[in-house]
Amino acid sequence: MGTVFSFDVTYGGGLAVPRAVEAAVASLHTADAVFSKYRPDSQLSRLARGGLALAECDPVVAEVLRLCERARERTGGWFSAGYAGGLDPTGLVKGWAVERAARMIADAGAYGVCVNGGGDVQLLGEPEPGRRWRVGVTDPLRRDALATVVEGAGELAVATSGTAERGHHVLDPHTGRPPLGAAVSVTVVTRSLTDADAWATAAFAMGATARRWLEAVPDAEGFAVGGDGETWQTSGFARTSAARTALGIR
Amino acid sequence: MTRKPLRRIMLGTAATVSGIVLLLALKPHSAPAPALAHAAVPASSQPPSSSAPKASGGGSKASGGSKANGGGSKASGGAKANGTPRTSSPQRTQTVTGDTVQTDYGPVQVRVTLVGGRITGVTALQSPSGNPRSEEIASYSIPQLTREAIAAQSAHIDAVSGASYTSAGYSQSLQSALDRAGG
Repeated sequence: MGTVFSFDVTYGGGLAVPRAVEAAVASLHTADAVFSKYRPDSQLSRLARGGLALAECDPVVAEVLRLCERARERTGGWFSAGYAGGLDPTGLVKGWAVERAARMIADAGAYGVCVNGGGDVQLLGEPEPGRRWRVGVTDPLRRDALATVVEGAGELAVATSGTAERGHHVLDPHTGRPPLGAAVSVTVVTRSLTDADAWATAAFAMGATARRWLEAVPDAEGFAVGGDGETWQTSGFARTSAARTALGIR
Repeated sequence: MTRKPLRRIMLGTAATVSGIVLLLALKPHSAPAPALAHAAVPASSQPPSSSAPKASGGGSKASGGSKANGGGSKASGGAKANGTPRTSSPQRTQTVTGDTVQTDYGPVQVRVTLVGGRITGVTALQSPSGNPRSEEIASYSIPQLTREAIAAQSAHIDAVSGASYTSAGYSQSLQSALDRAGG
Protein backbone atom coordinates (compact mmCIF):
# COMPACT_ATOMS: atom_id res chain seq x y z
CA MET A 1 0.00 0.00 0.00
CA GLY A 2 1.14 3.49 -0.59
CA THR A 3 0.23 7.05 0.01
CA VAL A 4 0.58 9.98 -2.28
CA PHE A 5 2.24 13.06 -0.82
CA SER A 6 1.89 16.32 -2.63
CA PHE A 7 3.43 19.70 -2.01
CA ASP A 8 2.14 23.05 -3.18
CA VAL A 9 4.38 25.92 -2.16
CA THR A 10 4.44 29.61 -3.04
CA TYR A 11 7.53 31.67 -2.45
CA GLY A 12 9.24 34.80 -3.59
CA GLY A 13 12.28 33.36 -5.28
CA GLY A 14 15.74 32.28 -4.31
CA LEU A 15 16.98 28.84 -3.50
CA ALA A 16 16.17 28.49 0.19
CA VAL A 17 12.61 27.31 -0.37
CA PRO A 18 13.32 24.83 -3.15
CA ARG A 19 16.09 23.39 -0.99
CA ALA A 20 13.71 23.13 1.93
CA VAL A 21 11.24 21.27 -0.28
CA GLU A 22 13.96 18.78 -1.14
CA ALA A 23 14.82 18.40 2.52
CA ALA A 24 11.15 17.96 3.39
CA VAL A 25 10.77 15.21 0.80
CA ALA A 26 13.84 13.51 2.20
CA SER A 27 12.41 13.79 5.70
CA LEU A 28 9.35 11.83 4.63
CA HIS A 29 11.50 9.06 3.24
CA THR A 30 13.44 9.00 6.48
CA ALA A 31 10.26 8.89 8.54
CA ASP A 32 9.09 5.93 6.53
CA ALA A 33 12.37 4.12 7.01
CA VAL A 34 12.34 4.74 10.75
CA PHE A 35 8.66 4.16 11.54
CA SER A 36 7.40 1.64 9.05
CA LYS A 37 5.83 -1.31 10.76
CA TYR A 38 6.00 -3.18 7.49
CA ARG A 39 9.73 -3.05 7.24
CA PRO A 40 11.29 -5.58 9.57
CA ASP A 41 14.48 -3.55 9.68
CA SER A 42 12.86 -0.24 10.61
CA GLN A 43 13.86 1.15 13.98
CA LEU A 44 10.28 0.86 15.13
CA SER A 45 10.11 -2.82 14.21
CA ARG A 46 13.38 -3.52 15.94
CA LEU A 47 12.31 -1.56 18.99
CA ALA A 48 9.04 -3.49 19.15
CA ARG A 49 10.92 -6.80 18.95
CA GLY A 50 13.27 -5.72 21.68
CA GLY A 51 16.27 -5.79 19.40
CA LEU A 52 16.92 -2.10 19.80
CA ALA A 53 16.73 0.14 22.86
CA LEU A 54 14.86 3.42 22.70
CA ALA A 55 18.08 5.26 23.50
CA GLU A 56 19.69 3.71 20.43
CA CYS A 57 16.95 4.91 18.10
CA ASP A 58 16.84 8.17 16.23
CA PRO A 59 15.63 10.80 18.71
CA VAL A 60 12.47 11.24 16.65
CA VAL A 61 11.30 7.84 17.85
CA ALA A 62 11.19 9.02 21.45
CA GLU A 63 9.54 12.24 20.31
CA VAL A 64 6.79 10.39 18.46
CA LEU A 65 6.21 7.99 21.34
CA ARG A 66 5.88 10.98 23.67
CA LEU A 67 3.34 12.49 21.30
CA CYS A 68 1.46 9.20 21.24
CA GLU A 69 1.34 9.15 25.02
CA ARG A 70 0.08 12.71 25.06
CA ALA A 71 -2.58 11.81 22.52
CA ARG A 72 -3.60 8.80 24.60
CA GLU A 73 -4.09 11.03 27.63
CA ARG A 74 -5.93 13.72 25.74
CA THR A 75 -8.31 11.25 24.13
CA GLY A 76 -9.05 9.35 27.31
CA GLY A 77 -7.35 6.26 25.94
CA TRP A 78 -9.17 6.25 22.61
CA PHE A 79 -5.95 6.91 20.77
CA SER A 80 -3.51 4.14 21.51
CA ALA A 81 -0.15 3.25 20.09
CA GLY A 82 -0.08 0.03 22.02
CA TYR A 83 -3.16 -2.00 21.23
CA ALA A 84 -2.88 -5.62 20.21
CA GLY A 85 0.34 -5.91 22.13
CA GLY A 86 2.40 -4.22 19.43
CA LEU A 87 3.87 -0.82 19.09
CA ASP A 88 1.93 1.08 16.51
CA PRO A 89 2.10 4.86 16.28
CA THR A 90 0.50 4.67 12.83
CA GLY A 91 -2.42 6.86 13.81
CA LEU A 92 -0.16 9.81 14.42
CA VAL A 93 3.08 9.35 12.51
CA LYS A 94 1.83 10.39 9.13
CA GLY A 95 0.32 13.60 10.49
CA TRP A 96 3.47 14.33 12.44
CA ALA A 97 5.71 13.71 9.43
CA VAL A 98 3.59 15.86 7.13
CA GLU A 99 3.41 18.69 9.66
CA ARG A 100 7.15 18.58 10.17
CA ALA A 101 7.75 18.66 6.41
CA ALA A 102 5.41 21.62 5.98
CA ARG A 103 7.07 23.58 8.79
CA MET A 104 10.52 22.99 7.31
CA ILE A 105 9.37 24.70 4.13
CA ALA A 106 7.57 27.52 5.91
CA ASP A 107 10.60 28.18 8.07
CA ALA A 108 12.67 28.63 4.91
CA GLY A 109 10.55 31.62 4.01
CA ALA A 110 7.69 30.29 1.88
CA TYR A 111 4.52 32.40 1.81
CA GLY A 112 2.19 29.50 1.51
CA VAL A 113 2.73 25.79 2.15
CA CYS A 114 0.28 22.96 1.54
CA VAL A 115 1.42 19.41 2.13
CA ASN A 116 -1.09 16.65 1.60
CA GLY A 117 -0.19 13.17 2.80
CA GLY A 118 -2.80 10.79 1.51
CA GLY A 119 -5.68 13.04 2.44
CA ASP A 120 -4.29 14.51 5.65
CA VAL A 121 -3.37 18.11 5.00
CA GLN A 122 -1.19 20.71 6.75
CA LEU A 123 -1.41 24.28 5.50
CA LEU A 124 0.71 27.22 6.64
CA GLY A 125 0.69 30.85 5.54
CA GLU A 126 -1.69 31.72 2.76
CA PRO A 127 -2.28 30.40 -0.75
CA GLU A 128 -2.32 33.84 -2.33
CA PRO A 129 -2.11 37.28 -0.77
CA GLY A 130 -5.32 37.88 1.15
CA ARG A 131 -6.98 34.56 0.38
CA ARG A 132 -7.92 31.89 2.88
CA TRP A 133 -7.13 28.23 2.45
CA ARG A 134 -9.92 26.03 1.14
CA VAL A 135 -9.77 22.32 1.72
CA GLY A 136 -12.36 19.98 0.28
CA VAL A 137 -13.48 17.00 2.33
CA THR A 138 -14.22 13.91 0.26
CA ASP A 139 -17.68 12.45 0.43
CA PRO A 140 -16.92 8.87 1.48
CA LEU A 141 -20.10 7.66 -0.16
CA ARG A 142 -19.48 9.36 -3.48
CA ARG A 143 -15.80 9.31 -4.23
CA ASP A 144 -15.80 11.96 -6.86
CA ALA A 145 -17.72 14.47 -4.76
CA LEU A 146 -16.95 16.71 -1.82
CA ALA A 147 -19.00 16.53 1.37
CA THR A 148 -17.95 19.97 2.56
CA VAL A 149 -15.22 22.55 2.26
CA VAL A 150 -13.14 23.80 5.17
CA GLU A 151 -11.79 27.33 5.11
CA GLY A 152 -9.17 28.89 7.27
CA ALA A 153 -6.33 31.37 7.38
CA GLY A 154 -2.80 30.81 8.56
CA GLU A 155 -2.18 27.49 10.27
CA LEU A 156 -4.76 24.91 9.33
CA ALA A 157 -4.70 21.14 9.58
CA VAL A 158 -7.38 18.81 8.24
CA ALA A 159 -7.28 15.06 8.86
CA THR A 160 -9.87 12.47 7.94
CA SER A 161 -10.13 8.97 9.31
CA GLY A 162 -12.55 6.40 8.09
CA THR A 163 -13.38 3.29 6.21
CA ALA A 164 -13.89 5.02 2.92
CA GLU A 165 -11.03 3.65 0.98
CA ARG A 166 -9.28 0.93 2.79
CA GLY A 167 -11.62 -1.06 4.90
CA HIS A 168 -11.77 -1.04 8.67
CA HIS A 169 -8.35 0.10 9.70
CA VAL A 170 -9.24 1.76 12.96
CA LEU A 171 -10.19 -0.51 15.81
CA ASP A 172 -11.66 0.24 19.18
CA PRO A 173 -8.60 -0.12 21.43
CA HIS A 174 -10.83 -1.44 24.19
CA THR A 175 -12.31 -4.29 22.20
CA GLY A 176 -9.93 -4.72 19.28
CA ARG A 177 -12.94 -4.57 16.96
CA PRO A 178 -14.30 -2.04 14.53
CA PRO A 179 -16.13 0.69 16.43
CA LEU A 180 -19.87 0.48 17.00
CA GLY A 181 -22.10 3.22 15.69
CA ALA A 182 -19.20 4.61 13.79
CA ALA A 183 -19.33 7.18 11.08
CA VAL A 184 -17.97 6.28 7.69
CA SER A 185 -15.50 9.10 8.01
CA VAL A 186 -14.59 11.65 10.65
CA THR A 187 -12.72 14.84 9.80
CA VAL A 188 -10.91 16.94 12.40
CA VAL A 189 -9.84 20.54 11.80
CA THR A 190 -7.27 22.21 14.03
CA ARG A 191 -3.89 23.89 13.64
CA SER A 192 -1.49 21.00 13.97
CA LEU A 193 -1.74 17.92 11.79
CA THR A 194 -0.09 15.81 14.47
CA ASP A 195 -3.08 16.55 16.67
CA ALA A 196 -5.64 16.38 13.89
CA ASP A 197 -4.44 12.96 12.78
CA ALA A 198 -4.47 11.49 16.29
CA TRP A 199 -7.82 13.02 17.17
CA ALA A 200 -9.45 11.89 13.93
CA THR A 201 -8.20 8.38 14.61
CA ALA A 202 -9.53 8.51 18.17
CA ALA A 203 -12.84 10.10 17.17
CA PHE A 204 -13.42 7.46 14.56
CA ALA A 205 -12.76 4.73 17.10
CA MET A 206 -15.18 6.35 19.56
CA GLY A 207 -18.12 5.82 17.27
CA ALA A 208 -21.27 7.50 18.47
CA THR A 209 -19.60 9.43 21.29
CA ALA A 210 -17.11 11.21 19.04
CA ARG A 211 -19.19 14.30 18.52
CA ARG A 212 -19.54 15.06 22.21
CA TRP A 213 -15.84 14.50 22.77
CA LEU A 214 -14.81 16.75 19.91
CA GLU A 215 -17.10 19.51 21.18
CA ALA A 216 -15.00 19.59 24.32
CA VAL A 217 -11.61 19.73 22.62
CA PRO A 218 -10.38 23.32 22.50
CA ASP A 219 -9.51 24.78 19.12
CA ALA A 220 -10.69 21.76 17.20
CA GLU A 221 -13.78 21.11 15.15
CA GLY A 222 -15.18 17.92 13.71
CA PHE A 223 -17.32 16.77 10.82
CA ALA A 224 -18.55 13.26 10.09
CA VAL A 225 -20.45 11.37 7.46
CA GLY A 226 -22.51 8.33 8.46
CA GLY A 227 -23.28 5.24 6.45
CA ASP A 228 -26.71 6.55 5.61
CA GLY A 229 -25.27 9.77 4.23
CA GLU A 230 -26.27 11.79 7.27
CA THR A 231 -23.68 14.20 8.55
CA TRP A 232 -22.97 15.82 11.88
CA GLN A 233 -20.59 18.58 12.84
CA THR A 234 -19.42 20.28 15.99
CA SER A 235 -21.03 23.58 16.83
CA GLY A 236 -18.04 25.65 15.76
CA PHE A 237 -17.48 23.82 12.51
CA ALA A 238 -19.61 26.21 10.51
CA ARG A 239 -17.06 28.91 11.18
CA THR A 240 -14.46 26.86 9.36
CA SER A 241 -16.59 25.76 6.47
CA ALA A 242 -17.70 27.61 3.43
CA ALA A 243 -21.35 28.08 2.64
CA ARG A 244 -22.41 25.04 0.71
CA THR A 245 -24.75 26.81 -1.55
CA ALA A 246 -21.98 29.06 -2.68
CA LEU A 247 -20.02 26.01 -3.66
CA GLY A 248 -22.77 24.22 -5.46
CA ILE A 249 -22.35 21.19 -3.24
CA ARG A 250 -25.49 19.14 -2.90
CA MET B 1 5.23 44.72 2.66
CA THR B 2 5.30 44.37 -1.04
CA ARG B 3 5.68 41.02 -2.51
CA LYS B 4 7.55 39.92 -5.47
CA PRO B 5 5.66 37.86 -7.98
CA LEU B 6 4.88 34.54 -6.45
CA ARG B 7 6.67 31.49 -7.55
CA ARG B 8 5.12 28.16 -7.08
CA ILE B 9 6.43 24.68 -6.56
CA MET B 10 4.11 21.76 -6.97
CA LEU B 11 5.31 18.29 -6.44
CA GLY B 12 3.22 15.23 -6.67
CA THR B 13 4.92 12.50 -4.85
CA ALA B 14 3.76 8.99 -4.72
CA ALA B 15 5.24 6.54 -2.46
CA THR B 16 5.40 2.90 -2.05
CA VAL B 17 4.35 2.85 1.30
CA SER B 18 4.72 0.58 3.88
CA GLY B 19 1.58 0.92 5.58
CA ILE B 20 1.53 4.28 6.88
CA VAL B 21 3.75 6.57 5.31
CA LEU B 22 4.82 6.02 2.06
CA LEU B 23 5.93 7.75 -0.45
CA LEU B 24 7.41 9.48 -2.81
CA ALA B 25 7.78 10.06 -6.05
CA LEU B 26 10.40 12.38 -6.78
CA LYS B 27 13.81 11.26 -5.98
CA PRO B 28 15.20 13.62 -3.44
CA HIS B 29 17.91 14.82 -5.72
CA SER B 30 15.66 15.75 -8.53
CA ALA B 31 13.11 17.54 -6.45
CA PRO B 32 12.64 20.67 -8.42
CA ALA B 33 12.49 18.78 -11.65
CA PRO B 34 11.73 20.97 -14.60
CA ALA B 35 8.26 19.80 -15.32
CA LEU B 36 7.17 19.54 -11.75
CA ALA B 37 8.55 22.59 -10.13
CA HIS B 38 8.00 25.43 -12.43
CA ALA B 39 7.75 29.01 -11.47
CA ALA B 40 4.29 30.11 -12.35
CA VAL B 41 5.20 33.73 -12.43
CA PRO B 42 2.19 35.64 -13.57
CA ALA B 43 4.58 37.21 -15.87
CA SER B 44 3.94 39.61 -18.55
CA SER B 45 3.68 38.57 -22.12
CA GLN B 46 5.65 35.44 -22.26
CA PRO B 47 5.29 34.41 -25.84
CA PRO B 48 6.62 37.62 -27.33
CA SER B 49 9.38 37.93 -24.81
CA SER B 50 10.46 34.37 -24.98
CA SER B 51 12.81 35.00 -27.79
CA ALA B 52 14.15 38.13 -26.21
CA PRO B 53 15.59 36.59 -23.09
CA LYS B 54 17.19 34.01 -25.21
CA ALA B 55 18.79 36.62 -27.32
CA SER B 56 20.02 38.57 -24.36
CA GLY B 57 21.26 35.39 -22.81
CA GLY B 58 23.22 34.84 -25.92
CA GLY B 59 24.45 38.36 -25.74
CA SER B 60 25.78 38.15 -22.28
CA LYS B 61 27.42 34.97 -23.22
CA ALA B 62 29.10 36.55 -26.07
CA SER B 63 30.52 39.18 -23.83
CA GLY B 64 31.64 36.50 -21.49
CA GLY B 65 33.52 35.98 -24.33
CA SER B 66 36.55 34.83 -25.69
CA LYS B 67 36.22 31.84 -23.57
CA ALA B 68 32.99 31.12 -25.26
CA ASN B 69 34.34 28.99 -27.98
CA GLY B 70 34.97 26.13 -25.76
CA GLY B 71 31.53 26.61 -24.37
CA GLY B 72 29.64 26.65 -27.59
CA SER B 73 27.46 23.77 -26.78
CA LYS B 74 27.03 25.05 -23.31
CA ALA B 75 25.51 28.23 -24.50
CA SER B 76 22.01 26.98 -24.34
CA GLY B 77 22.52 25.82 -20.82
CA GLY B 78 23.69 29.24 -19.88
CA ALA B 79 20.80 30.94 -21.48
CA LYS B 80 18.46 28.70 -19.62
CA ALA B 81 20.11 29.48 -16.37
CA ASN B 82 19.61 33.17 -16.48
CA GLY B 83 16.54 33.15 -18.58
CA THR B 84 14.71 32.42 -15.37
CA PRO B 85 12.04 29.84 -15.53
CA ARG B 86 11.76 27.85 -18.65
CA THR B 87 9.61 30.00 -20.71
CA SER B 88 8.19 27.17 -22.69
CA SER B 89 6.91 25.05 -19.83
CA PRO B 90 3.99 26.96 -18.36
CA GLN B 91 1.44 25.80 -20.88
CA ARG B 92 3.14 22.75 -22.24
CA THR B 93 0.92 19.68 -22.18
CA GLN B 94 2.58 16.36 -21.65
CA THR B 95 1.12 12.91 -21.56
CA VAL B 96 3.44 10.40 -20.02
CA THR B 97 3.00 6.69 -19.56
CA GLY B 98 4.39 5.07 -16.45
CA ASP B 99 6.06 1.72 -16.12
CA THR B 100 4.03 -1.43 -15.87
CA VAL B 101 4.35 -2.56 -12.27
CA GLN B 102 3.69 -6.12 -11.21
CA THR B 103 1.60 -6.48 -8.08
CA ASP B 104 0.18 -9.44 -6.24
CA TYR B 105 -3.01 -8.92 -8.16
CA GLY B 106 -1.59 -8.39 -11.61
CA PRO B 107 0.07 -5.67 -13.65
CA VAL B 108 -0.85 -2.02 -13.17
CA GLN B 109 0.12 0.94 -15.30
CA VAL B 110 -1.00 4.56 -15.29
CA ARG B 111 -0.79 7.44 -17.70
CA VAL B 112 -0.52 10.97 -16.40
CA THR B 113 -1.25 14.22 -18.15
CA LEU B 114 0.56 17.38 -17.11
CA VAL B 115 -0.09 20.90 -18.24
CA GLY B 116 2.70 23.30 -17.52
CA GLY B 117 4.10 20.87 -15.00
CA ARG B 118 0.87 20.34 -13.11
CA ILE B 119 -0.89 17.01 -13.04
CA THR B 120 -4.28 17.34 -14.61
CA GLY B 121 -5.30 13.74 -14.97
CA VAL B 122 -4.36 10.19 -14.14
CA THR B 123 -5.79 7.21 -15.93
CA ALA B 124 -5.21 3.51 -15.54
CA LEU B 125 -3.98 1.79 -18.66
CA GLN B 126 -3.78 -1.57 -16.96
CA SER B 127 -5.39 -2.71 -13.78
CA PRO B 128 -6.00 -6.17 -12.46
CA SER B 129 -9.46 -7.57 -12.74
CA GLY B 130 -11.25 -10.75 -11.94
CA ASN B 131 -10.54 -10.59 -8.24
CA PRO B 132 -12.70 -8.60 -5.84
CA ARG B 133 -9.78 -7.29 -3.82
CA SER B 134 -7.85 -6.10 -6.83
CA GLU B 135 -10.90 -4.44 -8.26
CA GLU B 136 -11.47 -2.74 -4.95
CA ILE B 137 -7.94 -1.40 -4.97
CA ALA B 138 -8.32 -0.15 -8.51
CA SER B 139 -11.59 1.48 -7.61
CA TYR B 140 -10.01 3.74 -5.03
CA SER B 141 -6.48 4.21 -6.23
CA ILE B 142 -7.27 5.93 -9.46
CA PRO B 143 -9.94 8.20 -7.99
CA GLN B 144 -7.49 9.30 -5.33
CA LEU B 145 -4.77 10.13 -7.79
CA THR B 146 -7.27 11.91 -9.96
CA ARG B 147 -8.65 13.87 -7.02
CA GLU B 148 -5.21 15.05 -6.12
CA ALA B 149 -4.78 16.16 -9.66
CA ILE B 150 -8.06 17.96 -9.77
CA ALA B 151 -7.45 19.64 -6.46
CA ALA B 152 -4.14 20.82 -7.76
CA GLN B 153 -5.64 22.49 -10.74
CA SER B 154 -8.71 23.97 -9.15
CA ALA B 155 -8.56 27.64 -8.39
CA HIS B 156 -10.98 27.21 -5.57
CA ILE B 157 -9.76 24.20 -3.66
CA ASP B 158 -6.23 24.03 -2.35
CA ALA B 159 -6.31 20.43 -1.20
CA VAL B 160 -8.63 17.51 -0.58
CA SER B 161 -8.88 15.61 2.68
CA GLY B 162 -10.21 12.10 2.84
CA ALA B 163 -9.39 8.70 4.17
CA SER B 164 -7.27 7.18 1.51
CA TYR B 165 -4.74 4.71 0.48
CA THR B 166 -3.11 4.15 -2.81
CA SER B 167 -1.63 0.86 -3.76
CA ALA B 168 2.10 0.77 -4.17
CA GLY B 169 1.79 -0.43 -7.74
CA TYR B 170 -0.10 2.62 -8.87
CA SER B 171 2.23 4.91 -6.97
CA GLN B 172 5.27 3.32 -8.56
CA SER B 173 3.86 3.59 -12.02
CA LEU B 174 2.92 7.22 -11.37
CA GLN B 175 6.37 7.89 -10.03
CA SER B 176 8.02 6.51 -13.09
CA ALA B 177 5.78 8.65 -15.28
CA LEU B 178 6.68 11.75 -13.27
CA ASP B 179 10.35 10.92 -13.49
CA ARG B 180 9.98 10.68 -17.21
CA ALA B 181 8.10 13.96 -17.40
CA GLY B 182 10.76 15.67 -15.37
CA GLY B 183 13.61 14.37 -17.44
